[in-house]
Amino acid sequence: MTELAYIRNFSIVAHIDHGKSTLADRLIQLTGTVAERDMKEQLLDAMDIERERGITIKANTVRIEYPAKDGHTYVLNLIDTPGHVDFAYEVSRSMRAVEGSLLVVDATQGVEAQTLANVYQAIEANHEIIPVLNKIDLPAADVDRVAEQIEDVIGIDATDAVQISAKTGIGIPDVLEAIVTRLPPPHEGDRNAPLKAMLVDSKYDPYLGVVVIVRIIDGVLKKGQRIRMMKTGGTYDVDKVGVYRPAMVAVDALGPGEIGFLTASIKQVRDTRVGDTITTEKNGCATALPGFKPSIPVVFCGLFPVDSAEFEDLRDAIEKLALNDASFSYEMETSAALGFGFRCGFLGLLHLEVIRDRLEREYGIDLITTAPSVVYNIFMKDGEVRELHNPADMPDMTLVDHIKEPRIKATIMVPDEFLGDVLKLCQDRRGIQLDMTYAGSRAMVVYDLPLNEVVFDFYDRLKSVTKGYASFDYQMIGYREDNLVKMQILVNDEPVDALSTMVHRDRAEGRGRAMVEKLKELIPRHMFKIPIQAAVGGRVVARETLSAMRKDVTAKCYGGDATRKKKLLEKQKAGKKKMRQFGKVEIPQQAFINALKMDD
Amino acid sequence: MTTENWQDGGFGLYIHWPFCQAKCPYCDFNSHVVAEVDQKRWERAYLSEIDRIGAETGNRVLHSVFFGGGTPSLMEPALVGAILDRVRATWPASNDMEITLEANPTSVESGRFAGYRDAGVNRVSMGIQALNDSDLRRLGRLHSVAEARAAFDIARKTFDRVSFDLIYARQKQSLADWRDELTAALAMAADHLSLYQLTIEPGTAFGARFARGGLKGLPQEDLAGDLYQMTQELCEKAGMPGYEISNHARPGAESRHNMIYWRHGDYAGIGPGAHGRLTLGGDRFATDTPLQPGVWLNAVEQRGNGENPRTPLSPMDQGAEYLLMGLRLRDGISLKRHESLSGTPLDPNKIKYLSDIGMIRHVGDTLCATSEGRVVLNAILRELLPE
Ligand SMILES: Nc1nc2c(ncn2[C@@H]2O[C@H](COP(=O)(O)OP(=O)(O)OP(=O)(O)O)[C@@H](O)[C@H]2O)c(=O)[nH]1
Ligand SMILES: C[S@@+](CC[C@H](N)C(=O)[O-])C[C@H]1O[C@@H](n2cnc3c(N)ncnc32)[C@H](O)[C@@H]1O
Ligand code: SF4
Ligand SMILES: [Mg+2]
Repeated sequence: MTELAYIRNFSIVAHIDHGKSTLADRLIQLTGTVAERDMKEQLLDAMDIERERGITIKANTVRIEYPAKDGHTYVLNLIDTPGHVDFAYEVSRSMRAVEGSLLVVDATQGVEAQTLANVYQAIEANHEIIPVLNKIDLPAADVDRVAEQIEDVIGIDATDAVQISAKTGIGIPDVLEAIVTRLPPPHEGDRNAPLKAMLVDSKYDPYLGVVVIVRIIDGVLKKGQRIRMMKTGGTYDVDKVGVYRPAMVAVDALGPGEIGFLTASIKQVRDTRVGDTITTEKNGCATALPGFKPSIPVVFCGLFPVDSAEFEDLRDAIEKLALNDASFSYEMETSAALGFGFRCGFLGLLHLEVIRDRLEREYGIDLITTAPSVVYNIFMKDGEVRELHNPADMPDMTLVDHIKEPRIKATIMVPDEFLGDVLKLCQDRRGIQLDMTYAGSRAMVVYDLPLNEVVFDFYDRLKSVTKGYASFDYQMIGYREDNLVKMQILVNDEPVDALSTMVHRDRAEGRGRAMVEKLKELIPRHMFKIPIQAAVGGRVVARETLSAMRKDVTAKCYGGDATRKKKLLEKQKAGKKKMRQFGKVEIPQQAFINALKMDD
Repeated sequence: MTTENWQDGGFGLYIHWPFCQAKCPYCDFNSHVVAEVDQKRWERAYLSEIDRIGAETGNRVLHSVFFGGGTPSLMEPALVGAILDRVRATWPASNDMEITLEANPTSVESGRFAGYRDAGVNRVSMGIQALNDSDLRRLGRLHSVAEARAAFDIARKTFDRVSFDLIYARQKQSLADWRDELTAALAMAADHLSLYQLTIEPGTAFGARFARGGLKGLPQEDLAGDLYQMTQELCEKAGMPGYEISNHARPGAESRHNMIYWRHGDYAGIGPGAHGRLTLGGDRFATDTPLQPGVWLNAVEQRGNGENPRTPLSPMDQGAEYLLMGLRLRDGISLKRHESLSGTPLDPNKIKYLSDIGMIRHVGDTLCATSEGRVVLNAILRELLPE
């Protein structure tokens, strides 16, 4: 255990790709926490998906020790956070466990939408903020301009911003000194008081079971203690207490101000609610911590096994994954065409893709993902209000009085030259402009937009119309009534429920056209021609015809070719299994989600 | 003696000659280019293999011998003669035994045609590939159209039965281009024609070029379909209907040898990379041999056996092979025969479904692909083959 005065806890926050994880690498390396031969780039991004996509998805805690210029050795607990907007909840939660933030800003890019969002969160969490200008090794770095921007746009003093290159290591010693001298030690903490610890996060480890990440406020956490979760009421015997360096290392005890983990044979993730307060079963603390605002899933979709025999495997996999990710929700669902599956809730489309990828990859299950949807409020004529998570469940329109849909406030930062494109995009998506300001040659526009127009592909479209120069952040702001209808897709004259979506009446035709055109590309040709239609309330609003297959035959097939040919056909047959049969038509699994991505 | 299933298809011998003068960029056959070949040594190896297979199958009537390659027209007539002498000494020949040799249409090779005839060859199949010099160059061929025509004329004077191969659906080939070329081909054809759509095979020079984004102007699916359909119509009109996906003949002039493959007969395969199917003691085996000429020669010389270990074929495998080979034929397959091979009948629901959409025809015991179905045979097979 370390004295409070020699502890510093901080999160590293930034817009996506500004270099948080690389900075964490350098801090870990310079303090000798990890042997040189075990070092690799973005060491903390350990998941396959994180490494492949080059982004952080899960926040990670590491304890490092730093002998400062004042002669004392400090214990630093850093939390590397994700930058993508879908994972903003990870950031806000992490911030609750620490007292300061390193605000990393890419000196070649400047302040972006998540930079702003993170600053607001840090201020709300009462953090001391150290601005860090990164990537100064690059010729395009413009330190003065970016420092000015930080002052103008964010309104924090940037005179003492630390200038670094997380890649080459320039300035890293200054970051360490700044952490020690400019960030406060943990505010309070009484080692002799009853245990009071914040449940920051939990993960599932195949060997250890549920691992709980904790921040100790008061008291001491030790192996063998019997603890109680104040909100859920569960009691457990602590098996192991430790810290991440970043490998798990057991310690005897964790005291006030420290961050580490515990294991206690906890079986269910519901028993580890993030934000809960952990105390001892006997002589526990009197008052609980305020807790976190719960994360709300905003995008829902159905996940079904391609092979219906794999339903139980899917259930098992989803339960295991949910242990690792409290922000993802699921419940069983049945579909006429797809059989048994789950309706799952996510924080955004990237979150959805990540979970789906992990289910397929880590658990080897091929999945069909149905069209994603947001949650609508359906006001029935009889006064009942229903939450609609799945357009397929839309009640008969004659019984519906009106429908409300979720809206967001979107903040977009964009260089002047692309402003027109961004305004057009927002307008096309039924946006209402709330604000527009300039900082230098960048504009900041704020729009009120329907969430369902944003969820699927807004971010991709924004990136493409601005050549990657715009950044985007959003918050939910509530529900509003609009003229919404359910649109069905008919393939070969049969409705495919998994492709039903809710659309604004005025855009049904455009959306429908885009979807049937997309489906025409996504569905492979069959031996017969296939009409693909979009319909609203029985009226066809768009139609395409997928022509019949024209040629698929092997030119030469003699004695020696029989074996090879048989193998090839077997492989193709296995490929067919990745499709789902709707009437006579086979639809590939990716079609359900890709059909919604518009090229505008 | 009860008849075995393979006897419906007949019994043939395939002899692979693995050498060519140059490697064509589209070709994935087992062919090698070498400076010199010791034909005497190869003769000993082929004869030894004939003896070995003969010991297992000597009581059968042989319906066909096929010299394939590679370029068998690089073999000395003496070598071909020695092989055929040993073949005749080993198996009783059927009355109409077909002996085919694949020939490349250059003057060097046509000079040997009389020698092959005297050795017993009664049919040649010539790789003419295109009737257009610039496409011949693009296909990496060593001969011109004029040379090919001259070689073909010699072949016609030498042999009763002559077939030739063309490759179409080439880069930038329009429907009209191919109509003219095919019309010319039909005018010169004797009794048999093989017309292959160019296939980009992995592991070939074209395969690599295609993967790099090269080989522009290959036909897309719709044009390929049109080219195929037009081919069927023109050949039909010229009295040479398609009896198999890529093969056309005057009635009665079908390749006896290749019919053994498509009708699920037995065949022995001799030479590097040769495949065989042999029914022995009630079991059916797939045989193959090492691809490398040197490896095969050594195996024959040192072990007295050029084959890799044989693979027994399960009833399922046999049913699948009969189906995928047999449905290539215009005349299709016998459902009874399929069931007796595979042990399980085809799914009647699938048969009904494919008949309903016009892809197959089911009459009595016969199941065949319709002309619409033959062009998309792979899709039909993906439906019909069991899981
Ligand atoms: N040239 C240069 N490149 C850097 C520097 N710091 C980071 N990068 C590069 O920037 C990219 C993003 O770095 P990360 O550390 O993964 O960024 P991040 O902020 O953790 O990204 P997310 O976790 O996805 O939000 C990587 O390709 C890094 O190699 C730097 O100082 N100089
Ligand atoms: C064994 S090969 C060639 C025999 C002989 N060596 C020749 O080239 O004339 C038999 C035939 O297959 C055809 N062929 C080979 N490769 C092909 C490909 N990639 N696509 C289409 N047809 C091909 C050619 O028409 C060739 O004549
Ligand atoms: S096409 Fe014929 S000549 Fe050309 S490499 Fe293949 S086998 Fe040899
Ligand atoms: Mg990162």
